Amino acid sequence: MTLYAVTGALLVALGLYGLIAARALLRRVVAFNVVGSGVFLMFGALGWHAGQADPVPQALIITGIVVALSASALAVGLVVAHARATGSQVLEDDAR
Amino acid sequence: MSAMIALLALPLAGALAAVATPRQGARIAGLVALASAVALALLIAQMTSAGSVRVAPGGWDAPLGIVLEADGLAVGFIALTVAVMAGVIAIAAPMRSLAAPFWPLAMLAWAALNAIFLSRDLFNLYVGLELLTLAAVALVAMGGDKALGAALRYLIFALTGSILYLAGVVLVYSAHGMLDIDLLAGTMPGRTDRMAMALMTVGLLIKTALFPFHVWLAPAHAAAPAPASAILSALVPKASFVILLRLWFEAMPDTANDRILSVLAVLGALAVVHGGAMALRQGRLKQIIAYSTVAQIGYLFLVFPLAGGDSAAQPWAAGAWTGTVFQALGHGLAKAAMFLCAGMWIIAVGSDRLEALRGLARALPMTAMAFAIAAITLMGLPPSGGFTAKYLMMTTAFASGQVVWGLVLLGGGLLAAAYLYRPMALLFTREMPDFTPVPRALQLVPLVLALLAVGMGILSDGVYTFVQIGRPGAAEEGL
Amino acid sequence: MAVFDLALCALILLAATAAVAGPGMFRAVVFFVVYGVLIALSWVRLGMPDVALAEAAIGAGLTGILLLGAVGRLARAGADEPEAPRIDWPVALATVAVAALLVWAVLSIAPGPGLAPQVAGMLPRTGVENPVTAVLLNLRAWDTLLESVVLLAALIGLWPLARGGAWLEPAGPLHHALPEGVLAGFGKLLPPVALLVGVYLVWAGASQPGGAFQGGTVLAAAGVLCIMAGLVRAPGMAEPLWRFALLVGPALFLALGVAGLVSGGFLVFPQALAKGIILVIEMFLTLSIAVTLALMVLGPPESGAAQ
Repeated sequence: MTLYAVTGALLVALGLYGLIAARALLRRVVAFNVVGSGVFLMFGALGWHAGQADPVPQALIITGIVVALSASALAVGLVVAHARATGSQVLEDDAR
Repeated sequence: MSAMIALLALPLAGALAAVATPRQGARIAGLVALASAVALALLIAQMTSAGSVRVAPGGWDAPLGIVLEADGLAVGFIALTVAVMAGVIAIAAPMRSLAAPFWPLAMLAWAALNAIFLSRDLFNLYVGLELLTLAAVALVAMGGDKALGAALRYLIFALTGSILYLAGVVLVYSAHGMLDIDLLAGTMPGRTDRMAMALMTVGLLIKTALFPFHVWLAPAHAAAPAPASAILSALVPKASFVILLRLWFEAMPDTANDRILSVLAVLGALAVVHGGAMALRQGRLKQIIAYSTVAQIGYLFLVFPLAGGDSAAQPWAAGAWTGTVFQALGHGLAKAAMFLCAGMWIIAVGSDRLEALRGLARALPMTAMAFAIAAITLMGLPPSGGFTAKYLMMTTAFASGQVVWGLVLLGGGLLAAAYLYRPMALLFTREMPDFTPVPRALQLVPLVLALLAVGMGILSDGVYTFVQIGRPGAAEEGL
Repeated sequence: MAVFDLALCALILLAATAAVAGPGMFRAVVFFVVYGVLIALSWVRLGMPDVALAEAAIGAGLTGILLLGAVGRLARAGADEPEAPRIDWPVALATVAVAALLVWAVLSIAPGPGLAPQVAGMLPRTGVENPVTAVLLNLRAWDTLLESVVLLAALIGLWPLARGGAWLEPAGPLHHALPEGVLAGFGKLLPPVALLVGVYLVWAGASQPGGAFQGGTVLAAAGVLCIMAGLVRAPGMAEPLWRFALLVGPALFLALGVAGLVSGGFLVFPQALAKGIILVIEMFLTLSIAVTLALMVLGPPESGAAQ
């Protein structure tokens, strides 16, 4: 349904802002997940038909959700290790 | 067919085995390299007689299933990967400072690279890219506490790139109902295709570190352990570049127009200049080599107007496309050789600061020779593969009247000479430094890689013909 | 129904904004979990229950635990939250432009039936009745094999980050919980239920919504709950049994795929045996997924010598 697809598109933009502009690293991880779920929502909503649901987008979205979690887990591990090493939640070039 | 599958299954199996028995990581990697070399030879033999090889895992052809195809482009890069990985394994095996997780991560990156080079399915390429990114970021983070910031910046850029690519894939599937590159080539372009290509291209540009998205590359490659840097610089950005080539020349060539092609090449030119300028200012060898990668990646994007441009370039377009492949392969070999040399010098004198390199040519002569020969490829001097690449591209540029790209190629070569001069001058100083000896067998490894790059230039006919197997029609006719 | 959809989408956007831009990291993560649940609801609304299960379990559930754990660890590391910055206008304008273009693209696409008819046509040959499972484990099995390896890659990437480089130690920090408290109580109550639900999800996934990833996630969550309640010690890579559990799923998947070269091709499952092969793969894949996810969420080992 187009409403969900448009919501997905808006989520992508919202998440992109957070991913690029946010300074706290953990927030960027959250933003990445928002972008991801926005893309998936676009995908699924565009594949919606009152008749048969297209299974290929569903399978690909499930794959994408798992991949996003893996990336988030690695990101979180790095953020925590970085905070322990530098005492900061922000990448040094971004600290103003 | 089995040779192709072996090239995918061997690194995967090796990674799993290296987790099962962590202390045998180096031996397992060595076995994978050996077996992969054999499989590669068999595949090349098969292809020289029968052309491209296609396999559909599961027996399901597109659009329901995923298609894998070994054409000249794919196997050229797979061969590069085997050579670089073999060198990295040889150098990394005796390094005691390298923790056990290096081995499974390196083999996972290897599997991802092969999967990307062979795949013809847009979503499958996404999964391969993610595997490559996670393994690569983890390899950077192995450089210790000081590498964490660089690894994080790399991860953020890379994830932004992947998700933009995925957004483009979503638009393509929603409009056309298929993900296969060859099937897409046969469909009429839709209204949203240009937007989809824009998203995918920007995503891939970020992952290939093209100017202005190059900011993550130099810190990451410099902070990683030297064997990892070799993999990262020589191989990883090439994967996303190959996807770009496939998207523009094979999947949806009709979405291109001259403006887009020029923008890509202008960014490439800026990368050449900026990378070279930054390399001149660095005080550590690994930083110089990393910024050199930024510059050399810029050359690759000249393929778009040269091979994809309008009819003026057509008689030479195939040469430009193949020349770009030569450039990527030659750069991969040379860059890997340089990083492996840097790794050995760090072991020998404890630092990669330029001053510390004084006189190392007398101490470790084979490595200095390797570095010098690799520099020849990067500068584009004959008889190296880099020269053949530049020659092919410049012929197209000057013959088709796109002189500006020819000047970029020339200028880039001069810049490379400039930033490589400083380290080489210091290497060949007449002094004998205090150094820890490095086994001769190890010193041979980067020399072999650098000589392979030169070999590509000497045997360029064979390589040229091979890379042309399965070359897309658009590389001849233009986009 | 349209009112419900509008309300849901509005709530989704609000929760997302609070998560991305709201003050306070802990608050942001809580809003993110709420957001995840709302997204799962929209999957139900779109008639895609497999995806809803995956989003609820992985997207909202496990990612939520991951982020909450991170907030706690950052606080313990003494890393202060940066104060909220003013809006970055150039980036904001760029993303508004991206939003506009994407909305235009979404509205311009006239969706076709996609591949649903072809999948339905091939379904009997794949050995399962759930079309999503058919795509994941037969039609596009190569994607799923790679995906199981992506999980492993992320986990391996965490090992060098272990405190003191001791990556063979038990995963995650030492957990404490009051023996009579709520956490310990749920830690004794929920895991048997979760075990049942998890196994059922995998088994039923062949013909109804469910599957290895959803089932494996529920099992992983049960395991993490037990560990966080202090009832069970976290697994460590020093023990070969745990390494085996980690690897058996992808290894078996790969082995069966390569074995197919003999009979038909890579990852070719002969029609008569397909159902059995897929079930076996799913069983072991679920085990590996559960262990991998649990270890990933717990984090790199922290019991090594602090530096």
